[in-house]
Amino acid sequence: MPASEGSPDSSSSSRKSSKKPKYSRFSQQELPAYKPILTPQWVITVFVFIGIVFIPVGLASLSAANQVEEISERYDDKCGPQTNNTCERKITVKKKMKNPIYVYYQLDKFYQNHRRYVKSRNDLQLRQTSRGREQAGCDPISNTANPIVPCGLIAWSLFNDTYKFSVKDKDINVDKKDIAWKSDKDYKFGSQVYPKNFQKGEGGIGGGKLNESLPLSEQEDLIVWMRTAALPTFRKLYGKITVDLEVNDVVTVKIQNNYNTYKYGGQKLLVLSTTSWMGGKNHFLGRAYLTLGAISLFIAGCFIVLYIIKPRPLGDPAYLSWNRYPGGGI
Amino acid sequence: MAHGRVRAKVRRSSLYTFGCVRPPRDEAEGPHQIQGPGYSRIVYCNQPRLHQRKPLKYSYNYISTTKYNVITFIPKAIFEQFRRVANVYFLLAAILSLTPVTPFLPVSMISPLAFVVGLSMAKEAMEDWRRFVQDMKVNLRKAITHKGNGEFSCKPWLKIQVGDVVKVEKDQFFPADLFFLSSSYEDGICYVETMNLDGETNLKVKRALEVTLPLNDDDSFKNFTGTIRCEDPNPNLYTFVGNLELNNQVYPLDPSQILLRDSKLRNTSYVYGVVIFTGHDSKVMQNATKSPSKRSRIEKQMDKIIYILFTLLVFISVISSIGFAVKTKDQMPDWWYLPPDDGHLYDPSHANLSGFYHLITALILYGYLIPISLYVSIELVKVLQAKFINKDIHMYDEETGTPAQARTSNLNEELGQVDTILSDKTGTLTCNQMDFIKCSIAGTAYGLSASEVEVAAAKQMAMDLDGQDPEFPGNFSRRNSTEVLLKNKRPSFGPSEIELENISTPMGVKHQKPVIKGFNFEDNRIMNGNWSREPFADLILLFFRILAVCHTAIPELNDETGGYDYEAESPDERAFLVAAREFGFEYCKRSQTSIYVRECHPSSREIVEREFKILNLLDFTSKRKRMSVIVRDENGKIFLLCKGADSIIFDRLSKSGRIFEEATMKHLNEYGEAGLRTLALAYKKLEEAEYTAWSEEFLKAKTSIGGDRELILDKLSDMMERDLFLIGATAVEDKLQKGVPQCIDKLAQAGLKFWVLTGDKMETAINIGYACSLLRQGMRQICISANIDIMAQDSKKLLKENILMQITVASQMVKLEKDPHAAFALIIDGKALAYALENDMKTHFLKLAVNCASVICCRVSPKQKALVTRLVKEGTGKITLAIGDGANDVGMIQEADIGIGISGVEGMQAVMASDFSIAQFRFLERLLVVHGHWCYKRIAQMICYFFYKNIAFGLTLFYFEAFTGFSGQSVYDDWYMLLFNVVLTSWPVISLGVFEQDVSSEVCLQFPALYQQGPKNLFFDWYRIIGWMGNGLYSSLVIFFVNIIIFYDQAFRSEGQTADMAAVGTTMFTCIIWAVNCQIALIMSHFTWIQHFLVWGSVVTWYIFLFLYGLISPVYSGNDFKILEEALGPAPLYWLTTLLVPVACNLPYLAHISFQRAFNPMDHHVIQEIKYYKKDKEDRSMWRRELSKARQETKIGFSARVDASIRQLKLRLQRRYSSSTPRISMSLT
Repeated sequence: MPASEGSPDSSSSSRKSSKKPKYSRFSQQELPAYKPILTPQWVITVFVFIGIVFIPVGLASLSAANQVEEISERYDDKCGPQTNNTCERKITVKKKMKNPIYVYYQLDKFYQNHRRYVKSRNDLQLRQTSRGREQAGCDPISNTANPIVPCGLIAWSLFNDTYKFSVKDKDINVDKKDIAWKSDKDYKFGSQVYPKNFQKGEGGIGGGKLNESLPLSEQEDLIVWMRTAALPTFRKLYGKITVDLEVNDVVTVKIQNNYNTYKYGGQKLLVLSTTSWMGGKNHFLGRAYLTLGAISLFIAGCFIVLYIIKPRPLGDPAYLSWNRYPGGGI
Repeated sequence: MAHGRVRAKVRRSSLYTFGCVRPPRDEAEGPHQIQGPGYSRIVYCNQPRLHQRKPLKYSYNYISTTKYNVITFIPKAIFEQFRRVANVYFLLAAILSLTPVTPFLPVSMISPLAFVVGLSMAKEAMEDWRRFVQDMKVNLRKAITHKGNGEFSCKPWLKIQVGDVVKVEKDQFFPADLFFLSSSYEDGICYVETMNLDGETNLKVKRALEVTLPLNDDDSFKNFTGTIRCEDPNPNLYTFVGNLELNNQVYPLDPSQILLRDSKLRNTSYVYGVVIFTGHDSKVMQNATKSPSKRSRIEKQMDKIIYILFTLLVFISVISSIGFAVKTKDQMPDWWYLPPDDGHLYDPSHANLSGFYHLITALILYGYLIPISLYVSIELVKVLQAKFINKDIHMYDEETGTPAQARTSNLNEELGQVDTILSDKTGTLTCNQMDFIKCSIAGTAYGLSASEVEVAAAKQMAMDLDGQDPEFPGNFSRRNSTEVLLKNKRPSFGPSEIELENISTPMGVKHQKPVIKGFNFEDNRIMNGNWSREPFADLILLFFRILAVCHTAIPELNDETGGYDYEAESPDERAFLVAAREFGFEYCKRSQTSIYVRECHPSSREIVEREFKILNLLDFTSKRKRMSVIVRDENGKIFLLCKGADSIIFDRLSKSGRIFEEATMKHLNEYGEAGLRTLALAYKKLEEAEYTAWSEEFLKAKTSIGGDRELILDKLSDMMERDLFLIGATAVEDKLQKGVPQCIDKLAQAGLKFWVLTGDKMETAINIGYACSLLRQGMRQICISANIDIMAQDSKKLLKENILMQITVASQMVKLEKDPHAAFALIIDGKALAYALENDMKTHFLKLAVNCASVICCRVSPKQKALVTRLVKEGTGKITLAIGDGANDVGMIQEADIGIGISGVEGMQAVMASDFSIAQFRFLERLLVVHGHWCYKRIAQMICYFFYKNIAFGLTLFYFEAFTGFSGQSVYDDWYMLLFNVVLTSWPVISLGVFEQDVSSEVCLQFPALYQQGPKNLFFDWYRIIGWMGNGLYSSLVIFFVNIIIFYDQAFRSEGQTADMAAVGTTMFTCIIWAVNCQIALIMSHFTWIQHFLVWGSVVTWYIFLFLYGLISPVYSGNDFKILEEALGPAPLYWLTTLLVPVACNLPYLAHISFQRAFNPMDHHVIQEIKYYKKDKEDRSMWRRELSKARQETKIGFSARVDASIRQLKLRLQRRYSSSTPRISMSLT
């Protein structure tokens, strides 16, 4: 309705124009846009591309996994069921293992990822001497009167089996240096922090003890252990063997069987493994890549076949709903 | 002011026979008995001071429509927020996160909630602030009030008190409900426009009491006092009970002395009144209902999904807590490294209790299934969408300077799903302006201008002609028939074809003339005095005289142009006067007894002022449907000049007066078909004696007292208005707003149904129906109205049965109709509707209405509008949209799923109650077809994606938990999870919700059929939702298990390190970020730099975050210290995994959409392709053909009309060839 509102003063006209939306491509939703369309060419290209990329990667991963030599030896049953004993296991090397050979211990049914367990630590006291009295979160392995360093369940249940290797009665040195992350040693575990009141009766004796004269930053076994594993079955690095093992070498392992897995019925394994560029012996990744690549190629094939049988010219108006269902309906 | 006083000398009451004559008050009728509850109000006129203390202290004239005030905002808004179930859940989770059962840091629970709630509250506050500003605009309007001592001054509305005397000037709104004391007219009459209250556009007459008439200048209020005792505030607009005590006398008051707030003073220079009801006590505010908070259907469906997710959440939580209890009971005693805990959280001896605690933990942990950011994201997206709607330059009206406005943003997507539009007429479809456009005088049709409908129809036809592909099947296509049509022009066919031909020629000449408001006539035969050379010049002269004399308007000298403007009760009347003026019969003066017309005589070219003595005026009522004046011209001859509805006039013609009946009738039919409002004009010459006899009787009846006075007057005037001589007919265009027919046509093509609900009378409504092409010739009209004969008997039951019968018969007729092209129109009037809306009949009515192509309800009250809306909404279960401009539409606007107000006109009530406001009806097309379509798709896709994303993420938590002995440990760092919803995945989805376009706005408008994707809910049906949930489930499985198997026990680097929880978690999280962001990239089909930035930016942000997080002190980052830099970054396995998993996650979806698009494409896919390959440019004929075919098969709109008239032509051609009769009667129906 053109009825004039109020008196037509000059300000009203300027007010009018100020209400006018300003034109910009943004405000009018007209920004230049890339509007990709899944044309059959694109679809085929994409799937074939995935296939072409994934299959070589899969093959490479598989060959990497195949290069890896791995020996694992379960010893809890042979050495148990008592703890604090020594036993000896002999392992035959089936294929040549080039150094470095990594030594792992593997536990199962051990819930290092249990919420209560994961939380039971205090990072502050591990780092700075001045925070040595911090016991927060370490329950039940904590003591405010005589602060425990390191406190908490994780440290308390430190794995403490030890292995000694020899081939043909010649001892093989196990290098236990640099098995932990460098950043952990440098920043998380203080070089001035020494174990205190550790395993001194609070909740009984759990796992391993620590050398009180070494700073935490040098207790690499502890540092490795404190990196809680994601799953109840896990391996942790014990050390490195820096000599090659030849085929048919018999490695004698003297195991100090300390760690109690008998209570909860878990296994203990000793694992010797070399690595490739992608780590340990892991076939899954390669297979997954191969499968996915194959599926992609298969889809591409299906698509091509279907498209030959039932082609649809792009932008063919015959496919518009009003042409397909003249009676209405989409 | 000067001429105002002069004019005020006219006693308006003498212009009317019935309406305004003060009926002699029955002296026996005393003052109202005012006592008891409900009648306690006492108003001391002119003594507002007395009303400043209790108990007479009434509310001030301050109004407020805000939801909150400063104090109540916080509690109320918080309460509002926590009415959402999800928010309550998150609040509980946040509280519980402060206890030891929490799996997360408290901050990671509290901060998102605070953010979400805070943002929503901020939005509420902003919207309320806007309402407050609008209220204050009204509250601060100025009104002239009596200060005392006869001095008046301005004061803002909100300061006005009960008892104040206010003076309201012409075209001002009444600030409060007033008791009318006196006006500028001597006899205390004033005219009021109540459009804001009831939508009626005609002016209403109010009368002051005789006793208060002397109070008509400022000084007279020096010593005026009086007391009013009246009813308490109530919402009833049409009743008022009260007494005025003045000088120890008691006078009864009735509604005609009450001037209601928000109505407007018209045609009266000023009135005085006493304030009785202020602010929220006033009737209009009592009528105002709190606007209901509306939620869109998608949101309601979303709630259901949230409930499903809640069920899932509870389900997996129970599983997890049972698992936990079992583990704790059976295995935990053996776990020496995890000694039991006294706090019962981990206590094998109280495993059940531990299990219960764990249930709480799990409920919090899996909270990620419920996307907390969903609400806030949706809210943010909707606000941004609303911003785009507000900013749309195509919905900005230059004339009034109003842009479109989304007043509530939570219904944007509903705009894309509308099924039925219910529209008001006046002010919405029409501009309430009449243009004189054609006339038929003495059997000849004059007037070459085409109405807007015709112009638009011509354009449409021209376009169709181009668009037709000759080879296209359906051999006897439009092209052929139209060619035939165009070849055989005038000679053999009737005027209907001439009309088609006329309108096909562009009208270039028209624009050169200055536009005269109310006059759009063009025909040189009778313009500029040429009429005198026409045959029947004397009749033409008489025709013009009737136009100039037979009315109740008042001329007003326009100082600027020097010409006269007219103040008439209805815009038609004004159009007649303007037409008469343009023809050279300028009505210039009205005295008590005469009308003066300046006639410009064509032969002499000089202007003669002629006087016509008005002897009697038989005025217009809706019952009589005619108006007559009896005049004596300068030669002393007496004429009765009459104008009225054609059917009425035709019944009253004398035998000799029917010469032009047939021709006029034909013209009237054409005019009617073109949507013009027609009136027939007739006259009668009276003998002196004959008149005198009648006049005496009439005078006697007029002054008589008694109940049957009206009846006698009616009979007498009926007697006089007989044996008329028909001169011709007028056709006035009820000017449609710009683009209305086109818009209706487009919307009809988009598959929308259209109902018109109007307060106007049936004839007008039908005219508009024709004008908007809701009706057309050949459409079967079903008129349901309350039968007057039965009404007289006053038997409700009979009436009801009668209406039921009408409905049943009509339904039968519709059912039995075989012709697929047959279309029905239902026209129902308010009285019948009242019965049809009763509980036992409404389903029948609705069934019938749904089967009709168009429905027009006339003479409906505001309440009925709302009821009809509710009936449609609830009866069909579809989404309804109501559009209107006046306060009478408020009910319907609030009742409908979406209410749209027309802004830019004066009344703001409709806009205030609406969800969206637009300045012009035609913007509705863009609002629905473009913004609605986009918003619907955006929101639907966005919500689906949200659920996908959160299921994909949330379930990985559950799987992992199962591996941790159900202890509630999460594999991810708390900060990852916190950022997941707030930063890392929320921005892309917002960009999807704000910027996604399947096709450009242009294409949306070209292919209205695309709109149907919304009402059919193709993008948010359960099939899709379940599909997305399945996709989420699949992705979660892939993400989790592939990662777990890869990182199971083997070293993940060549340096032999095995992965700890942090490494696994981070890798998994990286996979999730990639997977969900690639997924959204696959959903999007429109990438501006913003989308690219936000999607890929999110991924990059994740790496940046990871890097920076690794840099800060390990005290905060824990095991994630330097994780990217030292542990994961150098490991090829990490990168290979994060490539493998997202590809594996998205491969099925990609395959699905590829196959779907290739073999079963949806409309927008095909159109995207056409646009992509620029086929529309190369193959223009195909494009045009598709454009024309994309229209839904419609039965309304002018496309349908063109189709129908072509069908008719075809039929006629065939008939003609077979019978070879040259002339075929045009009359159809």
